[in-house]
Amino acid sequence: MSAPTIVTRALTPVGKFFLLALEIARMTVKGPFQWREYIEQTWFVTKVSALPTALFTIPFGATIALLLAELTRQFGAQSQTGAGSVLAIVQQAAPIVTALLISGAGGSAVCADLGARTIREEIAAMEVLGISPIQRLVVPRVLAMATTAVVLNGLATVVGVAGGYYFNVVVQGGTPGAYIASFSAIAQVSDILVSELKAVLFGLAAGVVAAYRGLNPPPGAKGVGDAVNQAVVISFVLVFLINLVITALYLQIVPPKGS
Amino acid sequence: MGVEVRVEGLTKSFGRANIWSDVTLTLPPGEISVLLGPSGTGKSVFLKTLIGLLKPDRGSIFIHETDLVRCSESRLYELRKLFGVLFQDGALFGSMTVYDNIAFPLREHTKLSEAAIRDIVMEKMHLVGLEGSEHKLPGEISGGMRKRAGLARAMVLEPEIILFDEPDSGLDPVRTAYLNQLIIDLNAQTDATFLIVTHDINSAQTVPDNIGMLYRRHLAMFGPREVLLTSDDPVVSQFLNGRRQGPIGMSEEKDSAQAEREMAEIPGELEGVPPLKPQLVPSPGLPERKAVARRQARVDAIMHTLPKAAQDAIRASREATAQAERRAGRTPVAAYPSGYADGPTERLNPVDGGEPPQPGRHRI
Repeated sequence: MSAPTIVTRALTPVGKFFLLALEIARMTVKGPFQWREYIEQTWFVTKVSALPTALFTIPFGATIALLLAELTRQFGAQSQTGAGSVLAIVQQAAPIVTALLISGAGGSAVCADLGARTIREEIAAMEVLGISPIQRLVVPRVLAMATTAVVLNGLATVVGVAGGYYFNVVVQGGTPGAYIASFSAIAQVSDILVSELKAVLFGLAAGVVAAYRGLNPPPGAKGVGDAVNQAVVISFVLVFLINLVITALYLQIVPPKGS
Repeated sequence: MGVEVRVEGLTKSFGRANIWSDVTLTLPPGEISVLLGPSGTGKSVFLKTLIGLLKPDRGSIFIHETDLVRCSESRLYELRKLFGVLFQDGALFGSMTVYDNIAFPLREHTKLSEAAIRDIVMEKMHLVGLEGSEHKLPGEISGGMRKRAGLARAMVLEPEIILFDEPDSGLDPVRTAYLNQLIIDLNAQTDATFLIVTHDINSAQTVPDNIGMLYRRHLAMFGPREVLLTSDDPVVSQFLNGRRQGPIGMSEEKDSAQAEREMAEIPGELEGVPPLKPQLVPSPGLPERKAVARRQARVDAIMHTLPKAAQDAIRASREATAQAERRAGRTPVAAYPSGYADGPTERLNPVDGGEPPQPGRHRI
């Protein structure tokens, strides 16, 4: 047997990751779908990530509002602050906050749960009993994360826009009318749609990464900790990459309003 | 009756590290086999390969003439239903009660009514002595109870092969003895093929019909228990005596200087393997193990190929088993000294002696 080269060793996990993603897709279609597990997991992931998302978005929205207000004032375009702030929050800030929280809070919880089950040999026991752990445990968790991501993105958008409004109008003394008017002049429905689409993809990606690391942890109890750590880092990198690609595509494909 | 498992030329590596290679053995149907070996020789890996959780690099595993290594995914899932596996810590699902854990395979794989499931689960829980714990969570019961619950779950689909991954790990000697007796009793009641992976010497001496030993990435030996238990191999006698003097080191191999230093620590000759202990027999009130008669015929056929010491030991342990069977209130149909090719011409008189064993169930 020839020793595996560096390239093989580096690419093997990537291949296994995509294989797992395929298997998850296949099992989702094939069913039977575990509704109970799905609902429980959605509730669980939402519970661990909803409050942090809201708390995270308020200062994030405020930062953007402050920065934009300062910037537009220098350009002499204060009346357009609302438009800028809303676009930034809907298109970028909300999905990114969602991505951070869904990978950081949701993904780590899912990865830790699956990792603990793996080292306790629950996963192996399930396979031996002739039950697919992918269908039984992983599919509901990945879909639960996608669902939660959509909900979180909606939450982050609302909280972010409200926060931006509060800081712009109340703290910095902007005009409420100008804020709202410029907002509806530039924002369009496709902005929120693509934002939600991003959220779904972030949820799926973070879910598959969490599942992959959770099902293949390094040995021992410390291994689970390492797996969770890696899952969070890998899904951060992955969701930001996805964000970049989709933003670039969106800006190319969908024309901005009014142009 | 349990099924035969035939392993041929099995080789497994993780990356560059070879775990073991060219393992060939046959688990005789219905018999209890033990796989011994120092820690880290890949005993658990072998078990996981046997159920298809790990793919070997080379070799075949035949069950019912199907090669487990090369069959389709759906056939593998089908074949896995023949297996029951007791994992090291029981591997119970932490979020379910003990009852739900044991009922889980039935709910997934059968269309039985809840009442029928309840009957089966209660029967299995009684078998392993777990009555009264059905509504506890795995986190709320002791390690020994978790193992027995895992055993009940492994048996609920009436498997033909039961694999035990270190059933004695984490148990004290008394609980281990009870668990060993339970294994013998279950074998008598189910006649399934058992494979036990362990490094507990006492279990290896008293439970199995056959013993194999993994050492230095090979199956050093596999055959009737008496062959290994009377072997003059230095590895075997070091292992069975549990001493430092011998070829096995802290990490798998040791250098000759260290070996000599350790040898110098003890005066005179190293003692050989410990004296043979009698094999356990089923508790009173249970039927005789059907595997005993089959094994006897099988061993008789290969008797002439075995070393002299093993032959003597086989005859001696047959006699000991026959006596133990009589003490348990059974007529040993199978136990007669070998060498009578046509079967027993005379029966030995029952030996009286020893306290009559207490009837009733054992608990851990």
